[in-house]
Amino acid sequence: MIKTPIIISEQHYQKIKHLLARLCVESAARVVFLIDRDGQPIAFHGDIGNMDTTSFASLAAGNVAATSSMAKLIGEEAFPSVVHEGEQESIYICVIGRTLLVVVFDQRSTLGLVKLRSKRASHEIMAVLEEIARESQKSQEENSFFAEITDEEIDSLFS
Amino acid sequence: MTFINYASREINCKIVYYGPGLGGKTTNLQYIYDSTAPQAKGKLISLATETDRTLFFDFMPLDFGTIRGFKTRFHLYTVPGQVYYDASRKLILKGVDGIVFVADSQEERMDANIESLCNLEENLKEQGYDLMKIPYVLQLNKRDLPNIVPVEEMKAELQRKGEPVFEAVASEGIGVFETLKAVAKQVLTELRKSG
Ligand SMILES: Nc1nc2c(ncn2[C@@H]2O[C@H](COP(=O)(O)OP(=O)(O)OP(=O)(O)O)[C@@H](O)[C@H]2O)c(=O)[nH]1
Ligand SMILES: [Mg+2]
Repeated sequence: MIKTPIIISEQHYQKIKHLLARLCVESAARVVFLIDRDGQPIAFHGDIGNMDTTSFASLAAGNVAATSSMAKLIGEEAFPSVVHEGEQESIYICVIGRTLLVVVFDQRSTLGLVKLRSKRASHEIMAVLEEIARESQKSQEENSFFAEITDEEIDSLFS
Repeated sequence: MTFINYASREINCKIVYYGPGLGGKTTNLQYIYDSTAPQAKGKLISLATETDRTLFFDFMPLDFGTIRGFKTRFHLYTVPGQVYYDASRKLILKGVDGIVFVADSQEERMDANIESLCNLEENLKEQGYDLMKIPYVLQLNKRDLPNIVPVEEMKAELQRKGEPVFEAVASEGIGVFETLKAVAKQVLTELRKSG
């Protein structure tokens, strides 16, 4: 009973990349990520240097999961965004549906600007996510090529 | 939650190691990490206490190889086994695709095994999952110790649905990959059914 897998097509991926690229420029951010709430990286744009993006995604998701649970304990429905301000680098995270938009920025930008630009991007990203959810559901019904994977193919991965 | 990305041609799945405190969940991950080639794995992240008990989770990504041109990537997590970290356990179960239950074979830990298994069933239910339907493997760990419960007895107490059972000594790597492969295989088989 795995819940419906999320299927991201090339086209949706490009749309998201495009939105992230624009947000990165408009907010003067160092790098912008879109991450699933459960910790899977979806896409990013910007300067990652040699950052470990997979670890980063899982920690960001853990961070938001923990703060959201804290919110409930004090009678707040959720914290729609989380900010960590450092001396050089800062992080702004906001929740969009079942994903997290993460903006990493430094002194070239400000929290106010990042929040403002993220808000607009959120609406557009939300629209793409809704399309992805609809099409994931549809392609499940349509019997994609995964249905044709054989036992031998699965076995051969583990030999 | 399985993620299939047609742009990067990746299938991403989440596997969670569950079980009582000190049962050997982190040791399983550590062994997997130590014995896989650098290009097949990412960093092992451990959010642990000063005394090496898991505080929030351990995490490592692992690539298994490709299937029809798609890279299969498993995100391995452990939960903190100590009873009072239940809130964290619930969070880590979100979006899970497959579970390994690491039981501690020592006689004095049988109650803790049973309690942890009940806790797993409850927490899954809360997230809308059913242990009976999710890919699931039972590992009987610490088989090297003297005061252990016989396998048949442990199975009678802990096996829930005819899931594969592996005897293990995680600290020496015995049974670790067998366990992982069994659950990963179930996850992919399930994906085929759903997709
Ligand atoms: N003898 C023996 N010791 C083991 C085995 N597996 C793990 N251990 C030891 O048991 C202790 C606890 O192991 P961990 O892997 O930290 O246990 P855990 O399940 O992650 O515990 P929590 O993080 O508290 O939930 C460590 O000292 C391990 O070295 C085993 O198969 N045999
Ligand atoms: Mg641990």
